[in-house]
Amino acid sequence: MEINMAQVDYKELKKGGFMRQKQKDNFSLRLGIIGGQIEADQLLKVHEIAKKYGHGYVHMTSRQSIEIPFIKLEDVESVKKELAEAKLQPGVCGPRVRTITACQGSEVCPNGVIDSTKLAYEFDSHYHGRELPHKFKFGITACCNNCLKAEENDVGVKGGQKVNWVENKCTFCGLCEAVCREKAITVDKSGKKLLFNEEACNYCGRCVKACPTEAWEGKSGFVLYFGGLFGNRIAIGKKLLPIIFSTEDLFKVVDATLKFYETHGKASERFRNTVDRVGWELLEKEVAGVLQ
Amino acid sequence: MEIKADDFVDITDVVCPITFVKAKVAIEELEDGQILEVRMNEGEPIQNVPRSFKDEGHKVLNVINNEDGTFTVFVEKGGLEG
Repeated sequence: MEINMAQVDYKELKKGGFMRQKQKDNFSLRLGIIGGQIEADQLLKVHEIAKKYGHGYVHMTSRQSIEIPFIKLEDVESVKKELAEAKLQPGVCGPRVRTITACQGSEVCPNGVIDSTKLAYEFDSHYHGRELPHKFKFGITACCNNCLKAEENDVGVKGGQKVNWVENKCTFCGLCEAVCREKAITVDKSGKKLLFNEEACNYCGRCVKACPTEAWEGKSGFVLYFGGLFGNRIAIGKKLLPIIFSTEDLFKVVDATLKFYETHGKASERFRNTVDRVGWELLEKEVAGVLQ
Repeated sequence: MEIKADDFVDITDVVCPITFVKAKVAIEELEDGQILEVRMNEGEPIQNVPRSFKDEGHKVLNVINNEDGTFTVFVEKGGLEG
C-alpha cells in the first residue's frame, strides 16, 4: 500500500490507539480492553501481531491495557484488520474517555460487593471514547480494599453495602464488632444488646460477610469519588454523594458529571482543575440534583 | 457465655495463608458439633479466618477480645450445615 506521508493524520492515529514512538513512523498500539479482561484466544492474536509486525513483545500499561510497540506506519491498516479478526480493536488516547479499569468483582472475588466487570462493560457502552476537554478516567473497584484505586480516577466507583442488623437472628457472638474497622458496632454479650453507629459505617460490608447467622443484611451499592488525579498533579477524589443503589441513578450522576465537564472545562484542563476553578459546590449541586 | 472447647489452637505465630491452614487442620481433627478454640491476631486474621470458617460450614459461637492484640474465637465444627 502506498502511503503519502504528508497526509498522515497523527492525531487520528493517536485517537485510534496508535501511540507515536520516539522512532520515526513507529507506533505503540494500545488495545481496547475493558476491565482488564481479554480472551485467551485474543491473546494468541496479540502474540501473532507482536511477532509479525512488532518486536515480539508487549507492554502492560498502568491501566490494564496491552500495547504492542514498534508497529510500522505502513502496517497500521493490516494490523487493524488482523485485530478485527479476533474481535479486538485499538484502544483510545487523547482528550476523551479512556480505558475503563475494574477489578474482577463479586463474581470472582470473595471480598467484592458489586459486579465491577459487568459494570465496566456498561460504562464502556455508555461512554466509550467520548470526546471531552481532556483525558477522563473511570475506575471501578468492588469493595473497600480498593484494589483499583477509585480515588485516583476522574470518576471512581467503589462497591459498598448499606447494612442493617436483624435482631432476632443475632447470637451476640461479637464477631461483627471484632471485624469492624470503623468501630461502628458494639456488642453487649451479657445484656444481649447491639449498638450500631451508622454515622461511623463506611459501607465495607465486613459485618455481613463475617456474620455466622446472617444477622447483618447488606444492600449493595456504589460510592462515587470525583476529581482524582495521579499524574503531574496528585489529588484524591472526593466523595460528594451518599451511596447510590441503582445503576440507573449511577449513570444519571455520571451523565451529569460529564455534562458539567463539557460545559465548564477548558480545552486541556483536567476535570479536577475545572472543578477547583468553577467550584465544588456547583458540581455537588449538579450531581445531587439529578437524584431528586 | 461459657463455652467449653474440645481443642485449642494458637495461630498467632503464623501469617496468611498459613493462618487458615493451621486452623483448618485443627478443626479437621474434631467431630461435627465439637468446638475449637482459636487464638488469632487482630487485623487480617480476625477479618479473614472466621469468614473462611463460615465458608466451610463451621459456626462462630463467641469472640473474645483479649485486649492484647489478639482474639479468641470459639467455632463449632459443621455448625452451619444441615
